[in-house]
Parts: sequence; structure tokens; C-alpha cells
Amino acid sequence: MNPVWRWFHQLGSPPYFYRFATRWMPWFGISALLLTVIGMYLGFVEAPADYLQGDSFRIMYIHVPAAWMSMFIYGVMALNGAIALIWRIKLSELLFLSCAPIGAMFTAITLITGMFWGKPTWGAYWVWDARLTSELVLLFLYFGVIGLASAYDDLRQGARAAAVLALVGVVNVPIIHFSVKWWNTLHQGETVRIMGKSSIDSSMLWPLLIMALATKLYFVFALLLRTRSALAEQERGKQWVREAMVEAA
Amino acid sequence: MLQAESLTCLRDEEALFAPIDIDLPPGHLLVLEGRNGAGKTTLLRALLGLHPLTAKSLHFRGTDVLRERHALCSGALWLGHLLALKGDLTVRENLRYNLAIGDEDAAEDVDELCANLGIAGYEDTPTRSLSAGQRKRAALARLAASRRPLWLLDEPFANLDGPGMAVVERLLATHLARGGSAMLTSHGVLPITLPATTVRLEHAR
Amino acid sequence: MTALRPYQALLARDLRLAFRRRADLLLPLGFAVLVVLLFGIALGGTPERLAPVSAPVIWVTVLLAGFLSLDGLFRPDVDDGTLDQWLAGPTSIVGLMYAKALAHWLLYGVGLTLSTPLLAMLLNLPVDLLPVMLAALAIGTLGATQIGIIAAALTARLRRSGILLALIVMPLYLPLLIFGSGAVDAVRLGESPKGALLLLAAQTVLLLTLAPPAAAAALRIGSDNPP
Repeated sequence: MNPVWRWFHQLGSPPYFYRFATRWMPWFGISALLLTVIGMYLGFVEAPADYLQGDSFRIMYIHVPAAWMSMFIYGVMALNGAIALIWRIKLSELLFLSCAPIGAMFTAITLITGMFWGKPTWGAYWVWDARLTSELVLLFLYFGVIGLASAYDDLRQGARAAAVLALVGVVNVPIIHFSVKWWNTLHQGETVRIMGKSSIDSSMLWPLLIMALATKLYFVFALLLRTRSALAEQERGKQWVREAMVEAA
Repeated sequence: MLQAESLTCLRDEEALFAPIDIDLPPGHLLVLEGRNGAGKTTLLRALLGLHPLTAKSLHFRGTDVLRERHALCSGALWLGHLLALKGDLTVRENLRYNLAIGDEDAAEDVDELCANLGIAGYEDTPTRSLSAGQRKRAALARLAASRRPLWLLDEPFANLDGPGMAVVERLLATHLARGGSAMLTSHGVLPITLPATTVRLEHAR
Repeated sequence: MTALRPYQALLARDLRLAFRRRADLLLPLGFAVLVVLLFGIALGGTPERLAPVSAPVIWVTVLLAGFLSLDGLFRPDVDDGTLDQWLAGPTSIVGLMYAKALAHWLLYGVGLTLSTPLLAMLLNLPVDLLPVMLAALAIGTLGATQIGIIAAALTARLRRSGILLALIVMPLYLPLLIFGSGAVDAVRLGESPKGALLLLAAQTVLLLTLAPPAAAAALRIGSDNPP
């Protein structure tokens, strides 16, 4: 068997994944934290203020990476949902379930930072901008997945039902985004973008890229953390969990 | 008709009962015994694909059911705890719908069926206004009307009085005489005298 | 036409069951009129204020009224064992979902669309907008029914589903609402509604291919843990 495939197969086994998560989780967590500190420093202290928007534009160093993550995580979640539905892999169900709250958090951060940015820029906390509106809908898609999964008594059934919903969402997210954009141009014409078409100075770009990497690493950290504890809880009667607990104590 | 080797149902990936072997030839009756919660109902559901099961082999009239579930779904008739009757529809409408949904034709005239089942005169009564025993008989009309070779009956004697049980026995006897087979669950002494093989579900260790 | 017999039987059964309880069929309409009444009162009731918002209000009202019928879509079939019989039988569940969706649309989508002139009258909708409104609603409710059967199938085996059902359905309704009320808006602004109607129809066609298989998959979940 191809070594990459073998590694994936191994990763699917609960004890192996548990050990893998325990070993690698701290590295992802620490590097995410370090990069966040560096990115924040560069973005909020070092980078020059925007000549049009002043200091308020600095919130984009949080807003934009969070917005990227909100969509990226939905994709990862749906992919795990599909794997869980097709191959009925227990670990995929848990990964799927763990993605939803992290994604919802990033979506909420996107919305909140967008509102704080909107007040000085547009003069209102909320404007019906196409991207912000799509983010709001995305937040409710996440809530739907979380709500449906937790409504089932049986964890695995809940995960599978929510996975069907997430896949329906994947097909609909582009349509929702397109329809909102269509609606937006119909009613208000183009609005101001947080990232204009003008080229960005590299002193502004670097912090953004660092923050983007930091959020990715944080996502992996949070995903491993959540899935690992969910796994231990679901398999609590099993021998390997008892051994792992003894080892940890 | 139905042959299984080392068959058991799975719950949370663990065996629900000690694996059983089944050999049910045409014209025979098989009785599943076991305590409450032993997995009798679950076994019937699992055969129809409503619950995960595992087996070394499972064949229905020569078809490997583990690969081709559809053969069993179209060849078996299942009567569960829930009777799948609509209270707002009459006995006749319920029967007609239940046959059509499985794309079957009634073997006999509906009035005649109802007479045989002891609910003559109720053909056009909504099942909502029937008693529990009468509703059960209305559901049994589905058996009488069908020509499917394998019957899977979950507690077919529940809610029935003495004559009602005799009706079930008569239905079973006719079905077996035609070369059909039946598998039924029971947790007590069977109120019938038909010859039957018994399989007991024991706790998996 | 024996190949279609099971699906015809389900369609006929659902329609017959609905007409056995004719009064219940009027409930969504009653609900819609009540919502329109609340809007009319809140907006002051003058034609100048009502007319510009009447089309979007009708759209939201119809979607909400249709939504209320979703909880009863599969729950009775779960409770009396009918659903398990479908899953245990030889008939295609996807096909049954098409029959189920068609019945629901005929009962609620068409019913609510036909009652729109009444709502339009109450809200002073300009008469020249009525044809495009009816066309958009007829297409849009068919799409909304498809979203509805997915959500209803996902929550069918839960003890209660009220708010959760709304949480699942409403975000997915959004494109239908946008294109549907966009078509009416286009006519109001003196433009052709063709673009919006085509987008609405495309969305509905997509849902028609996607929703019944998704609903069928959703109904299988949970069969291994009967109530």
C-alpha cells in the first residue's frame, strides 16, 4: 500500500489519532499563538495607517483572515461530512462535528469586526453589503448544523443528519452568495470594499499573511483538541482510552 | 428460503446477541424466542436493512442478501409493532394503498378478505374508529392479500382475542401450505399448534 | 404505467388524507391573512405606504405560511410505522420523496399562490404586478417545498423540531426570496422580469434534482434506533 494511504488509514483508527493529536496539538497551538502575536504587532503597531481610512483599517488584519477561515472551515466540515456519510468513518463524524463551532466562531468574529469597521467607514454598524450578508447567512448555516447535530440523542445519528445538511449547504452557499450579490447591485450598486482594488503596500500585506497562517494553525489546534476529547468520551469504555488516561495521570 | 450463518445484529458495533444460524426452507415456520430486549424485533428490522447486522453468509432464495438487499425487501412482508395504518383512511383504502406502495395486487377480493378476518362490515370504516384488536386484524388483511413468499411477523398475536389468534394461525397455515415461509417473534408460549423450528436469542458474551 | 403505481398511490393518499381534514387546509391561508393584517396595521394602512412594500410582504408571508406545514410532513408517517415500511419495502425512497413533494406543493404551494390575489388586495398591490407575482410564487413555492422536505426529513424522528426547522429552512429560502421578489421589483421599475424569473426557475430545478435524494438519505438516518 502507498505510504500516504497507509498513514490515512492509521489516522482513522481512534487510538492512533488520539496519540497523534496529543503529540502535535501543542506545536500547532504554540505556533498559532506566536504568529498571532507577531502578526498583531506588525499590523497594529508597525504597519502605517491607511491614507484614506486611517487606523480603523487595521481591523482588517483580523477581519479578513477570519472571513477566509469561515469559508475554508465550512469546506473542511462538509468534506468530513461527506466522508462520514459515504464510508461511515467514526473519526470523520467527530472531525465534522468539531469543525462546526470553530467555523461559527470565525464567522461571528468576521461579522463583529466588520461591524466595528463599518461604523467609522459607512457611519452605521450594519449595512447590507453582499459579503457581510452572506457571512450572516453562513453563520445561520453553521447554527443549523450545530442545532441539528445536538437535537439527536445519538451522537452518530446527529452527526450524519447534520452532514446531510452541511452538504446541502455546500451546494447552496455559492447560490446564496450569488443571489445576495445580485440583490445588492439591484438595490444599492457597488459598495465600498474593505480591500480596495488599489495595490497594497508590502508592509501592510505581510501582517495579513502572517495572520492568515496563524488562523489556519489555530484551526488545526482547535480541531485536534475538540476531536481528541470527543473521541475519548465516545470510546470511554474501551481499553485504549483507559490506558491513555492512566498514561496522562 | 432463508439461510444464515453466524448472524447477529450490531449496536454500537457490538453484537446484540450470540450469533445464530438460520435455515428456513419453503413451507416452514421459524419462531424467534428470547427475553425482552434480546433483539428479536431488531433482528427482523435488520433483515430488512433498518438496522446494521453482520453474518458469515445470508441468502434469500439463492441471492446473497449481504450484497443485494433488494431481493429480500421485495420478497418479504413485514408486520411490525406499529401497524402503518392511517386513522383517517378506511380499512379498504389502507389496504389498497399498502398494496400499491409495494406494487402488489390483492390476491383476493377485499370484502372476502375482511370477512375471513372477522371484520366484515368494517371495510369502509376509518381505522381510527376501530378497536385495537380490529385494527390489528385490518393490518393482517395485508398478509392475507399478499403473495410475498416470506413473512416476518413481530408479535403477530399481540392485542388479539382467541378467535383473532385462530385467524392468524389459519393465515399462517394457508401461507405455509402454498410453499411460503414465515418467521415470527414471541416471548411466551405460542397459542398455535403449527409445527415450528425455534431459535433462541441469547445474550452475547 | 405500473412503474409509477407506488408513487401515484402515495400522492393519492396524501391528497386524500388532506381532504379528509379540509379545515386544516385553510389554516395556512388564515395564518397568511393574519400576518398581512399585522403588517397592514403596523404600516398605518395607507395605500401610499403599503403599495411599495406589498410584494416583499406577500413573499415573506407565503414562505412563512408554507413553512408551518413542514412539521407535519413526515411526523405522522414516522409515528405510525409507515416510514419504516417504506424503508423496508422494494420501492425507491427517492421516488416516494418526489410524490411527497408534489403532494405538498399541490396542497400548500398552489393553494397559497391562488390565495395571493386576496393578500394583494389587502395590501394594495398594484394590479399590473399581480401576474408576475403569481408566476414567481408558483415557481418559488415549488422550490421552497423541496427545501422543506429536506428539513422535514432531517427532523422527522426528533421529538420536537419547531425552531430548529426554521433555523434550517430560512437561510436556504434566501435565494428564492431574492429572485422572487426581484422579479416583481423589475416589473415595478418598468423592466423585464425575465432574468429574475429564469434565475428563480434555475434554482427551483436545481432543488428538484437535489432535494429528493437528500431527503431520502436523511430519512434512513435513525432507522436503527426506533422510538
